[in-house]
Amino acid sequence: MIKDITIGQYFPGKSIIHRIDPRYKIIITMLFIVMLFSAKSFYSLPIGVLYITFAILISRIPIKIVLKGIKPIIPIIIFTAVLNLFFIGGEPLFKIWIIKITADGIKMSIFMIVRIIFLIMGTSLLTYTTSPVALTDALERLMSPLKKVKFPVHELAMMMTIALRFIPTLIEETDKIMSAQKARGADMETGGLISRAKALIPILIPLFVSAFKRAEELALAMECRCYHGGEGRTRMKQLHASLIDYIALSFTLVCTSLVFAINIIF
Amino acid sequence: MAIIKTENLTHLYSVGTPFEKAAIKDVNIEIEKGEFVGVIGHTGSGKSTLIQHLNGLLKPSSGKIFIDGQDIWQDKSKLRQIRFKVGLVFQYPEYQLFEETVYKDIAFGPKNMGLSDDEIDRRIRETAKLVGIDDDILEKSPFELSGGQMRRVAIAGVMAMEPEILILDEPTAGLDPEGRNSILGQIELYHRNTGSTVLLVSHSMEDIAKYAGKILVMNNAGVYCYDDANKVFRMAEEMSKMGLAVPQIARVANTLREKGFDIGEDVYTVTQAKAGIMNLLSD
Repeated sequence: MIKDITIGQYFPGKSIIHRIDPRYKIIITMLFIVMLFSAKSFYSLPIGVLYITFAILISRIPIKIVLKGIKPIIPIIIFTAVLNLFFIGGEPLFKIWIIKITADGIKMSIFMIVRIIFLIMGTSLLTYTTSPVALTDALERLMSPLKKVKFPVHELAMMMTIALRFIPTLIEETDKIMSAQKARGADMETGGLISRAKALIPILIPLFVSAFKRAEELALAMECRCYHGGEGRTRMKQLHASLIDYIALSFTLVCTSLVFAINIIF
Repeated sequence: MAIIKTENLTHLYSVGTPFEKAAIKDVNIEIEKGEFVGVIGHTGSGKSTLIQHLNGLLKPSSGKIFIDGQDIWQDKSKLRQIRFKVGLVFQYPEYQLFEETVYKDIAFGPKNMGLSDDEIDRRIRETAKLVGIDDDILEKSPFELSGGQMRRVAIAGVMAMEPEILILDEPTAGLDPEGRNSILGQIELYHRNTGSTVLLVSHSMEDIAKYAGKILVMNNAGVYCYDDANKVFRMAEEMSKMGLAVPQIARVANTLREKGFDIGEDVYTVTQAKAGIMNLLSD
């Protein structure tokens, strides 16, 4: 059902990964992506793989959930793998009709499969272990240098926080409206494309109306509490880097350098 | 024969996960045609889950539901017909309004039933009159109306389908006392005019006492009891254990009886109490 949709799901916990400062976690995730995609040999790729496996293990996020996140992108993985397998030039290993398979092609497609799978695992580990609020907070801080060029960093972060906050609310509301219209005999399961699209009107209009109403109420409530944007605003929860963050960052840096070193040596 | 009947009706949420929980469990009820039933129970007792099963919006995990003797899940293609027979008004139904005019919005249900234009027009005008919507409002946009008017229009949208069974989930939530009384009065009127069966879910014991002939008490995902209103209101102690209070008047009457004053049998509304006390004083 519609309630099963999970976007950027967060699994609360107390593991070391959960406790890393979100700012550091974002930087570490970026470093990890660099690590994964700059690995060019069979000696350096396993570093990224082991790195994320280790991170998942200590985060205590059930492996089942991590694997479930991979499921929707399986078609993309297969597509990229096939593309790489057949269209990378070089010395052909064997040739059937016009299809030729090269050693480089095989290597490239294995690399791409591994990279995509672990890219998804790594980035979803970030959302699994960081609450949306902490995440946007960290983004705001990381992007704060952009304020110098008049980029509305705080406003953007606030918009993201609000959007994330209202996803479950809107899903619940859609469910409710759908039930109410079904009770009035709305038919959403049968008919052609046009009649199905038409059947969405009784759901979308009330949904939009209530979303706008909510937005207005929220704006009013914020104004009543004297909200006026980022200027001079302080925080209840201050982010402080601690020993874990330094250790995690240094560990990631070491792994990334190792990948670069192996790339140069081999 | 009972118009609504359930057999060991059970609904589980989050099946197959550690969070599995029964919203309702082994519910067996039989409601006779033409009853006005008040459904009470505190939050989470399974009221809303139960009523959403009665028109096939939720599928039971196990058990059966019979409407007019027909198992509603036996033939899925007839489920829509069941929904026309069992009208369900959700909590805060004004959220479901979507059409350009009030007239068109009330017409949505009857149109889905495939009725003729004349019949639809007749039903709209009749129900609009019943719920106190004037003709000039019919051509207005539903979004221009006040909250109370929107609520009436939404209820009219279900009533216009002329369901044999009308179920309302907290139809008066968030309304002022005047709006509450008038909406409940209109539901009562619908009940009397059409001879339909009405299920009214409410938190307000006073409302239920005033209109319902029978009361269905839900507790802990099951039916605690289903009986005549006066019998249920006698069980003040059991009710308060469940976090429910019997109507004020019923409490006064119960205490009077305990003190040895014979105030009569069915006393749970102001009118009944007045008659009872007058009787007592004149003796």
